[in-house]
Amino acid sequence: MSDLLYSEEEEALRAAVRDLLTDHCDTTSVLARAESDAPHDPALWKTLADGMGLAGLLVPEDRGGQGATHREAAVVLEELGRAVAPVPYLTSAVVATEALLACADGGDLLEGLASGRVIGALAVGLHTAPGAAYATVRADGGTLHGELTGIADAAVADVLLVPADDGGLYAVTADAVTVTPQTSLDLTRPLARVTLDAAPGRRVGDAEPAVRRALRAGAGLLASEQLGLADWALTETVRYLKDRKQFNRPVGGFQALKHRLAQLWLEIVNLRAAARAAADALATGEDTDVSVTVAQAYAAPVAVRAAEEALQLHGGIGMTWEHPVHLRLKRAKADSIAYGTAGAHREALAELVDLRAP
Amino acid sequence: MTDAAELRRRTQELLAAHPPATTGRLDFLRARFDAGLAWVHYPEGLGGLGAPRSLQAVVDAGLEAAGAPDNEPRRIGIGLGMAAPTILKYGTEEQKQRFLRPLWTGEEVWCQLFSEPGAGSDLAALGTRAVREGDDWVVNGQKVWTSSAHLARWAILIARTDPDVPKHAGITYFLCDMTDPGVEVRPLRQITGEAEFNEVFLTGVRIPDSRRLGEVGDGWRVAQTTLNNERVAIGGMRLPREGGMIGPIAKTWRERPELRTHDLHQRLLKLWVDAEVSRFTAERLRQQLVAGQPGPEGAGMKLAFARLNQEISGLEVELRGEEGLLYDDWTMRRPEQVNFTGRDAGYRYLRSKGNSIEGGTSEVLLNIVAERVLGLPAEPRTDKDVAWKDLAR
Repeated sequence: MSDLLYSEEEEALRAAVRDLLTDHCDTTSVLARAESDAPHDPALWKTLADGMGLAGLLVPEDRGGQGATHREAAVVLEELGRAVAPVPYLTSAVVATEALLACADGGDLLEGLASGRVIGALAVGLHTAPGAAYATVRADGGTLHGELTGIADAAVADVLLVPADDGGLYAVTADAVTVTPQTSLDLTRPLARVTLDAAPGRRVGDAEPAVRRALRAGAGLLASEQLGLADWALTETVRYLKDRKQFNRPVGGFQALKHRLAQLWLEIVNLRAAARAAADALATGEDTDVSVTVAQAYAAPVAVRAAEEALQLHGGIGMTWEHPVHLRLKRAKADSIAYGTAGAHREALAELVDLRAP
Repeated sequence: MTDAAELRRRTQELLAAHPPATTGRLDFLRARFDAGLAWVHYPEGLGGLGAPRSLQAVVDAGLEAAGAPDNEPRRIGIGLGMAAPTILKYGTEEQKQRFLRPLWTGEEVWCQLFSEPGAGSDLAALGTRAVREGDDWVVNGQKVWTSSAHLARWAILIARTDPDVPKHAGITYFLCDMTDPGVEVRPLRQITGEAEFNEVFLTGVRIPDSRRLGEVGDGWRVAQTTLNNERVAIGGMRLPREGGMIGPIAKTWRERPELRTHDLHQRLLKLWVDAEVSRFTAERLRQQLVAGQPGPEGAGMKLAFARLNQEISGLEVELRGEEGLLYDDWTMRRPEQVNFTGRDAGYRYLRSKGNSIEGGTSEVLLNIVAERVLGLPAEPRTDKDVAWKDLAR
């Protein structure tokens, strides 16, 4: 069975990313950015991707990457989820990168993404589950026509990977399309509408296998982001409830609240095992479909509940714009739809493990 | 240092000197104990070789391949998992020599006389009295939920030796002879119809002071060793996919398409996911133990399995529809071992109700997680400095 622990190297990687985020990704600045026209943090991305070399974890060394695995990328995502860092790591360094890894051409682009100097976005709606249908644009004599919505992090993408109706996946540079931000529930992973009006595209491979592979990796590693987020919610809430006093005692001493937090801890312990199993399965290629599906069927409700419990147990302060919990609630709720809902993954699981519908 | 190769060599030596095909079961088990291959992490002379616990698997694999008999660990779980580690830690040399060998071979079955009708979650409030008379202790009281009491030769017993001090301080730990004339065992019939457990009435039972384990008044600390080992035993198992309660219901689902509904399908898939994730968690815990970095995750495993067993078996009764209205057998029996997945869904449903009560209720375990893992404030204690005899009851 898969290795579900964290290696020493993985723990060192976690510590490095956490240090960086502690110094450069505090709530006040994330919130200030979220309200501006530029919610993403390019300086943070440059340090993570270029400085620390984390954008190329999934890319083999001979193709310009770091030659690491999904296990390390998962650890990075745990930390990014904890901080709700507004950087396109999941979308560019995981999803777009996986799409290109499935393509015959586009080696130059892959190298760009791996270096972190080029940001890519797969132009498939964030809500799309692996294996589900997705919108395409019309390919007509080398140019592309159409409109795609719900594209996460498109606002900062240099290159869009666009599926077309001829079955191809096309690389289109951002300056050839119109990207219109959509007002998004998740302030730190905003969506955009991408309009292609005779946009020139370069066919890099077949869309179907590339999209499927990309979304599966996205779904599997999203569980680690959800884990980091849920762990933050529990840790912060426990810290606050030890400190907050009402009725002349710490609120965290009331059994009704202790039991809720203990229950949440149990679920996060489970989520950690499920997320590690999914990351390991993506890395080894063993039992991948079931492991990813199980992780996504489990992760979303836990992350959402962790954020909801954090808000409720913080009381009034949790309801304010200035308190960081709402950024997590919005991310957790959006994550529960991203790359397929828990229900969609359960439906897929029914086929995978032969527990068929009536 | 005893390594895997050395253990393999000793295992082959044992098999050569006592071929399982021509050696009696008990003779083989005794020889295995004397060769130090019973539990390799125990000291030499007490069935072990002082080797790392993880190397036991090497011995077990070698013996299993040779078709050697085992000591039926499920039948003697309380002795192996609870009495033995406590005797090892607190016993006198004489006690260790007398008790561990027949305990391990299964010649002498053990039971546990801890819980009482008035002391469940609050075990330290127990009221069974032990009064010193010469070289003996005279014990009077009632114990409950004692599995294997009707089969047991010995019991681990905690009793109150000093009612005038706070409850934790006045308890002493004994090894009680179940054949003593003052010991009466009555089956305790439970909601499944059978009697897996017993009530044990202790009337003027005389226990020589030489069968006291640990110091007088130190019984609560000694009992912690017993109880901690109970929880370790729960975390150690390794299950295949669909290895637990989810197995039978998944099988029914596949074989009986006429029972399927959309509502049941959604609920089944959710529980299947929960069961699979719990399996990952148990495996992660096992890997942590093997790597020598035990985490707090073990505290949650029992909670998770109790809930899963209850929800899955409850769903299975419902899935069975008309058959769910039936029950396999209400006959009063006293089973020697319990098989949670061996009988019908209705039995599993009723039996699993006990999973959130036995070995620590889920409510107490949630407190433990909240306080010891999350560091939240402890429950207010009004009983800490009160003499046991003055407690509300």
